[in-house]
Amino acid sequence: MSTQEPLQVPRRVLVTGASGLLGGAVAGLLRTKGHHVRTFQRRPSSASTDEVLGSLIDPAAVRRAVEGMDAVIHLAAKVSFTGSWHDFVATNTTGTNTLLEASADAGVRDLVFVSSPSVAHFGEPLAGAGAGTADPERARGNYARSKASAELNALARDSPGFRVTAIRPHVVWGPGDTQLVERVIERAAGGRLPLLDGGAALIDTTYIDNAASAIVRGLERMEHAHGRALVITNGEPRPVGELIAGICQAGGAPVPRLSVPGWLARGAGSVIERVWLAAGKRNLVYDEPPMTRFLAEQLSTAHWFDQRETREVLDWTPDVSLDEGLIRLAAHYGGTRP
Amino acid sequence: MNEVFPGVPAAYSRRVQVPSTSAVDPAGSSHQWHLLDNEAELAQRGITPLGTLLCVHGNPTWSYLWRGLLNHVSTNQLPWRVVAVDQLDMGFSERTGVFRRLADRVNDLGDLTRALGLDGDVTTVGHDWGGIISLGWAVAHPDQLAHVVLTNTAVHPAGFELPAALRLASHPAVHGWGTQSTDAFLRVTYSLARPALEPEVRKAFMEPYANASRRTGVGNFVADIPFTEDHPSRPALDAISEGIRALQVPALLLWGPQDPVFSDRYLRDLIFRLPRAAVHRFEGAGHLLPEDRDISTTIFDWLAIPDKTAEPERAQAASDYRPMLAELDARTQDTSTAVVDINPPRSLTWAGLGQRVDSLARGLAGIGVKPGDRVNLLVPPGIELTSLIYACLRLGAVIVVADAGLGTRGLGRAIRGAGPAYLIGIDRALTGAKVLGWPGIRIAVEAMPAAKRRLLGVRHTIPELLAHGAATAESGQPNGFTAADPDADAAVLFTSGSTGPAKGVVYTHRQLAAMRDTLRETYNLKAGSALVAGFAPFALLGPALGATSVTPDMDVTAPRTLTATALADAAAAVSATTVFASPAALANVLETSGALNGSQRKVLEGISLMLSAGAPIPEPLLARVQELVPRARVHTPYGMTEALPVTDIDLEGIRAAGPGNGVCVGTAVAGAQVAIAVLDSSGNAGDQPETTANRTGEILVRAPHVKDRYDRLWITEQLSTSVPGWHRTGDVGHFDEAGRLWVEGRLGHVLSTVNGPTTPVAAEQAAESVPGAGRAALVGVGPAGTQAPVLVMESIPPARRAGPAPADLAHAVRAAVAATGTRVSAVLLVPGLPTDIRHNSKIDRSALAAWATTTLAGGRIRKP
Repeated sequence: MSTQEPLQVPRRVLVTGASGLLGGAVAGLLRTKGHHVRTFQRRPSSASTDEVLGSLIDPAAVRRAVEGMDAVIHLAAKVSFTGSWHDFVATNTTGTNTLLEASADAGVRDLVFVSSPSVAHFGEPLAGAGAGTADPERARGNYARSKASAELNALARDSPGFRVTAIRPHVVWGPGDTQLVERVIERAAGGRLPLLDGGAALIDTTYIDNAASAIVRGLERMEHAHGRALVITNGEPRPVGELIAGICQAGGAPVPRLSVPGWLARGAGSVIERVWLAAGKRNLVYDEPPMTRFLAEQLSTAHWFDQRETREVLDWTPDVSLDEGLIRLAAHYGGTRP
Repeated sequence: MNEVFPGVPAAYSRRVQVPSTSAVDPAGSSHQWHLLDNEAELAQRGITPLGTLLCVHGNPTWSYLWRGLLNHVSTNQLPWRVVAVDQLDMGFSERTGVFRRLADRVNDLGDLTRALGLDGDVTTVGHDWGGIISLGWAVAHPDQLAHVVLTNTAVHPAGFELPAALRLASHPAVHGWGTQSTDAFLRVTYSLARPALEPEVRKAFMEPYANASRRTGVGNFVADIPFTEDHPSRPALDAISEGIRALQVPALLLWGPQDPVFSDRYLRDLIFRLPRAAVHRFEGAGHLLPEDRDISTTIFDWLAIPDKTAEPERAQAASDYRPMLAELDARTQDTSTAVVDINPPRSLTWAGLGQRVDSLARGLAGIGVKPGDRVNLLVPPGIELTSLIYACLRLGAVIVVADAGLGTRGLGRAIRGAGPAYLIGIDRALTGAKVLGWPGIRIAVEAMPAAKRRLLGVRHTIPELLAHGAATAESGQPNGFTAADPDADAAVLFTSGSTGPAKGVVYTHRQLAAMRDTLRETYNLKAGSALVAGFAPFALLGPALGATSVTPDMDVTAPRTLTATALADAAAAVSATTVFASPAALANVLETSGALNGSQRKVLEGISLMLSAGAPIPEPLLARVQELVPRARVHTPYGMTEALPVTDIDLEGIRAAGPGNGVCVGTAVAGAQVAIAVLDSSGNAGDQPETTANRTGEILVRAPHVKDRYDRLWITEQLSTSVPGWHRTGDVGHFDEAGRLWVEGRLGHVLSTVNGPTTPVAAEQAAESVPGAGRAALVGVGPAGTQAPVLVMESIPPARRAGPAPADLAHAVRAAVAATGTRVSAVLLVPGLPTDIRHNSKIDRSALAAWATTTLAGGRIRKP
């Protein structure tokens, strides 16, 4: 009776990408709910008692990982604002296909594909938008395009015997987050973080605990969620300038004051991106570039979503409000946020 | 679906061979017609239609113009047949090779309906020159005719000039070239759509007229316009325009006022010929009305009304009707002061006012003003305006009172909408009328030199009217006035325009009298009261109330110009007991109260009633007003142009109510009933009046002083009276346990969030309570059902530029508003919130919502 919810019987769940912040949180939550968790990642971690080491580009390792599992939550991906198309496809698209095939072969019943709202959005402002259908042709940037293909493939696999849902958390952040929080704080501390167009663009984000609980909910509510793509957010859109200010305050960094026109940043982002890529190929830099076109778009256009379908399908609401999240972030950094 | 043209299913398009009996054709001729017809579809659905809409296009359109009607029937599964014809030589009908005149075309249409075997009720629908042809059919087929629907057309009465645009098109030098050799006439016509036509729609309209030989009909149509008395089609035209006056069927007139050809004057002419017609002017729409707006819904809604001539259910006054002029008539011998102006100083006794009103009424009658004629008064409040108002009421003429508070553009729209036959104005107004082409025979308030008179097109002056009136009175001629029918129109007032274009609101004599009686009873205004008229609508009621009234030295259309000194001086002039003012005026009075001297303060201490009307007033402001008038009962009524007033509350009442969700406006005034139509989860108001406590809904009012109707806004009127016997105010609110009404905002401003409908006022009040916050407006950003609540606000000191509020202020505002149950997404600061001109206090939230949507989408921040 794997369709019952909440999961009465402990299940055996594979979590890929568990070494990341979100993957770790999902694995932890599953364990507290009494499930058996196996993790799959490239480097050994101390938190896991059942782990398979390996990469998605290694089909044999993937087959080992899914062996004997009831369900899979797939978070592993190459996440970056830059990088070569080939690398993205290998991990995000081909790797996901490998996992899907191996899972189906191994008799896995349910798979949650953790995706991104960027797979269905094409640069224009989003205000109260629905999830939309993934489109690899029109998605912006290598990450989003490779994930879009993967999501289409994953949902195409959905069937009564192998149920698949796509959960798309939007801008996940929280204590220990290296993707957004630490970059913001680091750049703000270095005085390298301008606000675009005064920072008015309304952006919805997802506090880490909420993202994790929604993903687990995707598994628990698979009966309703399968075949669908659902965007996850806190449901609290905020002007991006205020979000950044909140994160900076929590992290003890100065709040950015300089405002740059969005068109300028987008143009500059394109140039910087190309220079950085060229430099990266010659091993001159290892960091992410200070600004990319994608990042400039993200920071200067609205991105917030209609959460009604998500909340109904998952029967879920976020536990941690945005302000509570910022307080926890401040506590993490020992910061000063009230 | 298989479409022949964009939006036209192939099944609608059919061709019919029709024998012709038209004089222009040789005997035995027949022609092929093209039609759009849903007969087959109805048959397929197994439906017997209630009747047929016979739709006739004008020049140079074709049946494509009416595709909306066919599709509306199909989408909504209505029982109506729609036959939209392409006239001969037009559209995809046959090119007959002969010049068909109006009489032929009317006869052609009869040939067609005979050939179609069209029996049963027919509703004619006509646009442009198709209007007159459809009316020709109507006059010729009285037995079949059920209704008449007309949009942007004319029946071309004698004395009216040909529109300039058509005069040019019909000029021999231009005509052939403009209408036939080239497609200029078509291109110009299709460029009139507002908003512009979609390219594929435009292409479809042009398609039947691809070359000069296909366009013969277009040219002939223009050449057949009978713009001279001796034109061959003139007799046919006159017969139709006279004939329709005898039509007994209900008529619906739908109009796009931005029409360079069929302007409002033709609408007024049609209203004159079809006086009981339902009329709706779609403000902002133009000549191609069926393209510009959804007229299908309106037409079928109207057709669905069982009895179109039934009088609506109305609340009746408890007391007997007493005419507005009763008080004046009773005091013809009274030599005490009736009206006073401060600047320039002037006053009249009751006897003097009565005489002046009588002379003016005689003078107006002398130049031909008749009962029912609309007279636009563009005169500032004071003795002049008061005399004119009562003179018109005496005569049975309908006063049109549009104040400069609407702004020049709004004022022009209002005047054109009301279409007055006469316009009485001060110099500035007459200049506006001349320059902007406002309708009405112009009458100047003051004498003016001949040259200026010619320049402004002024036909009469008030001094001339008065002299003529006085002379006839002295000669002992009876004035010949009969008391106005209590249920005849008396006045057209205008809404403030803070929620879209100002709407004309019609009051009958009975309803105006009821407004007077309600004010008197609610505020115990006895004859012998003396009032300072600082709030325009109530200012006109002084003489009807039997109260002495004084107009302070201020620009009544700019409330902020009332100073404390001006108020005190006005009060002193009449030993005032009562003050009517708006919140903005009172705010300025408080600001300037330092300039008052001892005797002026003393005068204000004599005030026994202070009324703040026009918009809600914050309690702290009212409390400070109370300090200025320590012996006065300080009241603030709630109401709107459509119902003045609805409820009332005094300062003690406001304090007793305390804070709550919205503004507490007290309980219903004398004679009025208030109810709530509860909102559903998506924010739509229901239609059941109820008075249960703590249920939020649209506020309904029922009172003998509620407006008769909206003027030439049939759709608006239908919506406002959709709960029979009640007026929908468009405001939302609730009753508390004590039965007090709380206003929570405008229905159109209710946010549709994931938590259901959210009314704005409670959140705004919470935001305004934060230190450093100024006025606030809560608007919704994003799609209905999942809107993000956004506060747009002023700060103290004012922000220098618009943009997101500083994080600390945003945080404080968010926390304060959270207590009211609303989670604010963004807080935006603006240097100043846009407000209406008249009250300078109603915030234009619709404009703000649009601005906030753009701003929060990202991109450069512009001014709201």
